[in-house]
Amino acid sequence: MSKHKTNGYDNNVALLVGTRKGGFLLRSSNNREKWKLEGPFLLGAIVHNMILDPRDGKTMLMAASTGHLGPTIFRSKDQGKTWQEASQPPAFPKAGPEGAGEAVQHTFSLWPGHVDEPHVFYAGTAPVGLFRSEDGGENWAGVAGFNENPMRRTWIGPPEYAPPGGGGLHSLQIDPRDPRHMYIGASMGGVFESLDQGQSWKPLNKGCEADFLPDPEADFGHDPHTLRVHPLYPDILYQQNHCGIYRMDREDGFWVRVGNNMPRSVGDIGFPIVLDPRDPQKVYVFPMDGTEIWPRTSPKGKPAVYASSNGGKTWEPLRKGLPPRHGYFTVKRHAMSADREAPLGIYFGTSGGQVWGSVDEGKRWRKLVDYLPEIYSVSPVVFAA
Amino acid sequence: MKVMIPSQLRSYTHTSQVQCSGDTLDAVLQELDKRFPGLRFRIVDEQDRIRQHIHIFINKEMTQGLHQPVKDTDEIRIIGALSGG
Repeated sequence: MSKHKTNGYDNNVALLVGTRKGGFLLRSSNNREKWKLEGPFLLGAIVHNMILDPRDGKTMLMAASTGHLGPTIFRSKDQGKTWQEASQPPAFPKAGPEGAGEAVQHTFSLWPGHVDEPHVFYAGTAPVGLFRSEDGGENWAGVAGFNENPMRRTWIGPPEYAPPGGGGLHSLQIDPRDPRHMYIGASMGGVFESLDQGQSWKPLNKGCEADFLPDPEADFGHDPHTLRVHPLYPDILYQQNHCGIYRMDREDGFWVRVGNNMPRSVGDIGFPIVLDPRDPQKVYVFPMDGTEIWPRTSPKGKPAVYASSNGGKTWEPLRKGLPPRHGYFTVKRHAMSADREAPLGIYFGTSGGQVWGSVDEGKRWRKLVDYLPEIYSVSPVVFAA
Repeated sequence: MKVMIPSQLRSYTHTSQVQCSGDTLDAVLQELDKRFPGLRFRIVDEQDRIRQHIHIFINKEMTQGLHQPVKDTDEIRIIGALSGG
């Protein structure tokens, strides 16, 4: 068998980049100095999310649809050279004659299962649904405890509430200590917790504001944009919400708006939130303009990552290398993430098709690639040797 | 009968025309899916609704649903229908 030749770019950090027009792979050289673009994969397909299974370092999944064709999932085990379509992509059950029934519009998020369940993956969809594969992404079935939960429609609202072009079940986090303990985040639904591997769920939104609801302290109907559980300290949760940046210490059981400590001129609205995998006090967000008609651009045209090194008590802008003005791009919720290197590498992709990266914890940013289609997801990975 | 395959589906069929049989459009699409696995779900959702941006013509008439009867002499044309620019 011939070895895959990448001229010194093997076994380093690579970025899986999902875009509105296909998937790409951005490989780094040693020390993450140079970056080389490969692809596109499925040019023209809407790639909402693309992941590598960290458990085997080989299995890639790509959630794709097109303007014409329905949603499906592709898999690759050769670093994207070839892709095979799933035999049974996520789909809701066929309704009886009396019901209209739901249809998956797109698979919005993909997640590897717990390390003790090596072939398990989860998928979050729009409309909000949770699906599970037990065979490496080949066949998918609904998680009945959520999708068929009698409270589901009450929690997430009627189908017409689904945001256009995105939204859905965007976050799934599994407690590394216990595969039965799971959290999900759903647009216009909130955060929910399961202690029995998805058979039952309870809302976990206490303390979180929902200023668009008649009851801002409702148990559900909230709009988390991204939910993250710290991998080493899994009782510490963060979320970037439609209504601010929040942290929860699970034993307290309520969310605290740490985004109130952001500069008022910037605000604490945005889509992604990124945690340092080694330090639960270090958090990174990408604020956007959420005023009046929600331009969803960098506030005042000055893009910056904001970082906290004390769990959200204080924040500082990290913008060296980014456009000082007239930078009106957006970073979507799956499009910002961190690698596991030291010093930490942080990466984000923009609505304008640029991927920016910092390999020194945000102190200095470099544009790694330009002119891609609108970017939907950026996932740092290291392929197995 | 002749089934005309749009460019969007040729990664499945590798050809622009396929000969199929069946008494209804649904039966024809089921046969297509057996021969080209995955094709049907890309154009018909799990509730048996033809997807929003797919149109299917039987001869010169756009079909109203999967249960429409078809004959061997019919020509079925699947079209990817999306606008914008």
